[in-house]
Amino acid sequence: MTETTLIEIKNLTLGFTSRGGQERPILRDLSLNVAAGQTIGIVGESGSGKSTVALAMMGYLKPGLKVFSGHVVFDGHDMFEISEEARTRLRGGSIALIPQDAGQSLTPTMRVGDQIDEALRLHTRLNAEQRQSKMGEILNRVRLPSAQDIARRYPHELSGGQQQRVVIGMALGTGAKALLLDEPTTGLDVTTQAHILQFLRSLVSDTGVSMVYVSHDLGVIAQVADRIAVMYAGELVELGGARGLLASPAHPYTRALLASIPRLGAKVIPAALDGFHPIVGEDRQGCAFVARCPIAQERCRATVPAMVDVAHGQAKCFYADSDGMEKIEGTPVVSTRKDEVAVEADDLAISYHHRGIIDLLLGKEVPPDTVARVGFSVNKGETLGLVGESGCGKSTILKALSGLKAPKHGRMVIDGQEIPGRVAQRTLDVIKPLQMVFQNADSSLNPRRSVREILQAPLRLYFELSHQEMETRCEELIDAVRLPKTYLDRFPGQLSGGEKQRVAIARAFAAEPELVLCDEITSALDVSVQAAALLLLKQLQEMRGAAYVFVSHDLAVVRAISDQIAVLYQGRICESGPTEAVFRPPFHPYTEVLLGAILQPDPDAVPRLLADDVIDREPPSTGCPFQRRCSRRIDARCDEILPPPRHPETGHVIYCHLETDELPALNAVE
Amino acid sequence: MLRTILRRFGFAAFTIVFVSGVVFVSVEALPGDVCTAFFQRYAQGPRLERCIEEQGLKNPAIERYALWISGAFQGDLGTSLKKRRPISDLLAERFRNTVLLASAAAAIGIPLALVFGFWAGVRRDKPADLVVSTVAMLAMTIPEFVTASVLMFVFAISLNWFPAVTIVPPTASIADLLPNIILPVVVLAFVMTAHILRMTRASVIEVMTSDFIQMARLKGVPPRQLFWRHLAPSALIPAVNVIALTIAWLLGGVVIIEQVFNYPGVGNLMLQAIYDRDLPLVQAIALIFAMIYIVANLLADIAMVILDPRIRTAKETR
Amino acid sequence: MTIASVNVRPRSGSAVSGFWPVLRRMVSRPSGAIGLGLTLFNVVVAIAAPLLTSYDPATPNADTINLAPSFEHWMGTDSLGRDVYTRVIYGGQLAMMVTACAVAIAVTWGGLVGILLGVIGGRTDEIAMRFVDAMLSIPWLLFLLLMVSIIGGGAWIVVPILGFFYGISIIRISRAAALQVSARDFVTAARARGESLWAVVTREVFPNVADILLVEGAMQWSWMLLAFSSLSFLGFGAAPPTPDWGLMIASERSLLAIAPWSVLWPCFALSTLIVGINLTADALGKALGVDRAREKPT
Repeated sequence: MTETTLIEIKNLTLGFTSRGGQERPILRDLSLNVAAGQTIGIVGESGSGKSTVALAMMGYLKPGLKVFSGHVVFDGHDMFEISEEARTRLRGGSIALIPQDAGQSLTPTMRVGDQIDEALRLHTRLNAEQRQSKMGEILNRVRLPSAQDIARRYPHELSGGQQQRVVIGMALGTGAKALLLDEPTTGLDVTTQAHILQFLRSLVSDTGVSMVYVSHDLGVIAQVADRIAVMYAGELVELGGARGLLASPAHPYTRALLASIPRLGAKVIPAALDGFHPIVGEDRQGCAFVARCPIAQERCRATVPAMVDVAHGQAKCFYADSDGMEKIEGTPVVSTRKDEVAVEADDLAISYHHRGIIDLLLGKEVPPDTVARVGFSVNKGETLGLVGESGCGKSTILKALSGLKAPKHGRMVIDGQEIPGRVAQRTLDVIKPLQMVFQNADSSLNPRRSVREILQAPLRLYFELSHQEMETRCEELIDAVRLPKTYLDRFPGQLSGGEKQRVAIARAFAAEPELVLCDEITSALDVSVQAAALLLLKQLQEMRGAAYVFVSHDLAVVRAISDQIAVLYQGRICESGPTEAVFRPPFHPYTEVLLGAILQPDPDAVPRLLADDVIDREPPSTGCPFQRRCSRRIDARCDEILPPPRHPETGHVIYCHLETDELPALNAVE
Repeated sequence: MLRTILRRFGFAAFTIVFVSGVVFVSVEALPGDVCTAFFQRYAQGPRLERCIEEQGLKNPAIERYALWISGAFQGDLGTSLKKRRPISDLLAERFRNTVLLASAAAAIGIPLALVFGFWAGVRRDKPADLVVSTVAMLAMTIPEFVTASVLMFVFAISLNWFPAVTIVPPTASIADLLPNIILPVVVLAFVMTAHILRMTRASVIEVMTSDFIQMARLKGVPPRQLFWRHLAPSALIPAVNVIALTIAWLLGGVVIIEQVFNYPGVGNLMLQAIYDRDLPLVQAIALIFAMIYIVANLLADIAMVILDPRIRTAKETR
Repeated sequence: MTIASVNVRPRSGSAVSGFWPVLRRMVSRPSGAIGLGLTLFNVVVAIAAPLLTSYDPATPNADTINLAPSFEHWMGTDSLGRDVYTRVIYGGQLAMMVTACAVAIAVTWGGLVGILLGVIGGRTDEIAMRFVDAMLSIPWLLFLLLMVSIIGGGAWIVVPILGFFYGISIIRISRAAALQVSARDFVTAARARGESLWAVVTREVFPNVADILLVEGAMQWSWMLLAFSSLSFLGFGAAPPTPDWGLMIASERSLLAIAPWSVLWPCFALSTLIVGINLTADALGKALGVDRAREKPT
């Protein structure tokens, strides 16, 4: 290493002690250096110990954890050896943590300015006046408008992005040499995320601060990191320069992880990793990845491999340098679309608002409908993808279809028959063909019911089956989602996230549905498991011929499995049509923004920022829903008149005041 | 903020109407009326008729309810059947005594509870916390009359420090009352401290595990400053609410403690009224106690709105 | 609707299930072991009382008035010459039975109404909760006293009153729990599937709030004992000559200076029972992972 080392982790093993007194390591023999001015990205699935590494860098352990061996040296201080006072001085002064949820990390009863001032008082020798001017300087540096105003506010009065900037500003103001960022953009919209990443990059080049960026998302890491550390089950499995590591990964896990990420460019379902992430703190002899590794040999089971040098850095694998691994290919998607219409929706409008007595007294007006003018038609065996950022109404549309939220007006037709709005008004014959799978399998399975009981619920409701028939059907279903029959006796708490989602899918298919509503069903899963769930959905569609309405914020996922796509903004359709047409120019200005903000695990694919990351809370009452953020806004027309439909090709509709040939045509994909 | 406060006022008004309704209707639901209930098997002849006349029982229930409520707001709570005096006069001479008892207990109990609650919460699961929590648990669960009896035995009978029961009349001067008040106040303060302490401790513990406390630690804030600037304000907000809620207990506890020590307060009067089957007096006291509680709650709600910036400024950002 | 990252977090308090594991977890802390021990001891003594004494708890004896503790009368005798030890071991029977019945009533009606409100939600829930809150703003003793002054006192008369009133606070708790459960997707899934309200309540929601009701019932039992013995003390619960701790304390109180044993022993016995049940409920809550400390005050 030619640069000066700022943080050095040497053979660190830490963990908790079990009730029986055994040491249960969470991090195993981990060594890692961070040079001054460098950004290192730590990537890993949930449970890999990536956040624990970041916290250990500032000498902090979550309650119950203990260092078993090894050292962490920050700027010449051994963080676990120095006194608590010395550690306290360093924390927040020289090394600062930027947590995932900045809003929760600011004290709610203190004004933002007071909190920054407190940090300055603790870690600098400035007097009150100097601190005041320093604060303005800081808030400007993190690009917060009107510093005076922001300083007087309470944390809850700032947006999520602003809160994060305040926390970062606080760290910079005290002269931090290193920032530890723990999933700072997770849970944010793609456009907001792209803005924050751009801000962080400029921060590094302006101030020369070191960053440790922890994330589960290689796409994000690729945008910010100079070097990447890949973690798996508490071990560092690969470490190297970002470009080299992403281009030619050496460890089988890194390869599989990269292959499992859906790419915008290709209409394939990416290859999934089989098996499961090991349980945190379990006993282990050989390589951490051995159970899921395609090239595992006998010695991988017996001995832990050492870090070996590869072209771009190091990898913890016996076969890191071998070319025995061919490139992992995804599964191409074949359309199973039939000519019969499965479901149709026409001019749907949905509103969550109603005026209470106090609203009337205070003279509040009812805001515009959450969803309006939404219509689509899905054929049997076809998949319609609904995409948009959070709050765009995509899940609300599913709620209307499933009868959980009655639309204000509009028609919903299944099998040529118009269906009532509320589930209570529907007969079981109407409900049966229309099943739903939820985003969070953790919460969609009753923890007090066994998998068998969960699958029996729809069977009992829709079919009159004998006990024996019921059992046979349960076995068929669990088999159809590729889970062993013994799982029928398990409870949801005994399943992993991906397994739970499979059970939820099995439950939906128990009703033999014609239409399955999928609400962000893969977004709570780790990437490596997501691919398997997508593949399962596609296979079930081939077998059963069901139609899907697939809601997601992830354009790459939607592209991989949809026949048709509708892009939503503020509960209104901006653009819709066959998948290929939507991903081909011309675009709606909003689609262009979304495509531009997508992050790929490729440092060269820098996102383009085409709109501010301002979040509209409510749709505008007149004109185009995108008017406030559109970079191609024409004039007052956009604010007042509904945009007309443009038809660049058959079936492809774009609602915009721009003529077809004026629409954005930049080739964002491929 | 205006909206929140309006809501709270609306709810307090609703509660007063509802509770007074319950108090009134539950008496109406009696077989017979307050007069027959009072005279029991002697309920006949001119005495009964005069009583019915005096209590205005010939009027329809709705009308009597309206009269009762409007009277109550003007300080006229009707006439006692037993003592044959205006209830407001009866209450007036005892109200001071109860207020003296309750406020002395609150003045001791609330600061004590906050100090020990914070102390125990910060030292969660350490010996200090275990001792404080155990004592609080005992104070809460052991009935007041048991605590009172034991204290009376120890301090009044064995040690002879204080008088065991009050023998001064309701109208005695405060100076005469003072020696009598010490034991009742101690019991009342003891149990009240326990209730508030437990909730304060729980709220401190919850705040201690929050992200912003961890963040402040990581920012390098020294412990003392961490406590006063980051922890205390957030932990205090729920405590304010509990203090108001404890008043519900305080009002119930007062009845028992006044009975144990024969203290001439409102609670004692209420029990006498029940023994005498003097229902108008019982109703009046129940109404007053409920009103005190509702008003205390309203004040606590408003205090919360003012103390908590999240509620205070919630609407301004929208 | 946003990207929810999966946080692996150890299950809070690592709750257990099944009778024996829960019991083992309960007695693993000293407070739980003490609580369970005190409770069981009191219950066993109350049941076995006739076997543990040769005196009658109710018959007065003019020859043995206010005797100090001795070999014949371990805890002395009271103002009517009855053996205090005998009365103390009999003294919990009535209170335990009465309050157990009242707890059963409270948990049943409070639990049912609370769960229904939580599941139905919306306007019905909002309006019903206004009334519940209003009811709860009547101080408990005041409410009980108002009722007994109208209906009259008596051990079994107060059962429905106690059951009704304590049921209201159970409504709050079970409704809050049901509301949380109802917000989870498996309930939404059951609704979207077209399950009846009853099926949603019994199959999906109830199994997830049963633990909370159990713990809450145990906790309410201790408060109910406190309330009942207070009523007995004031003369509205047990009637003489029934041996009942609250009543014994009230009737012997005037002789505290002369015969303190006839007051202090019932005081002690009553305290052990209430404290025991309270500790047991607390330990049960911790073992089942029901976090009572986080409950917001009503």
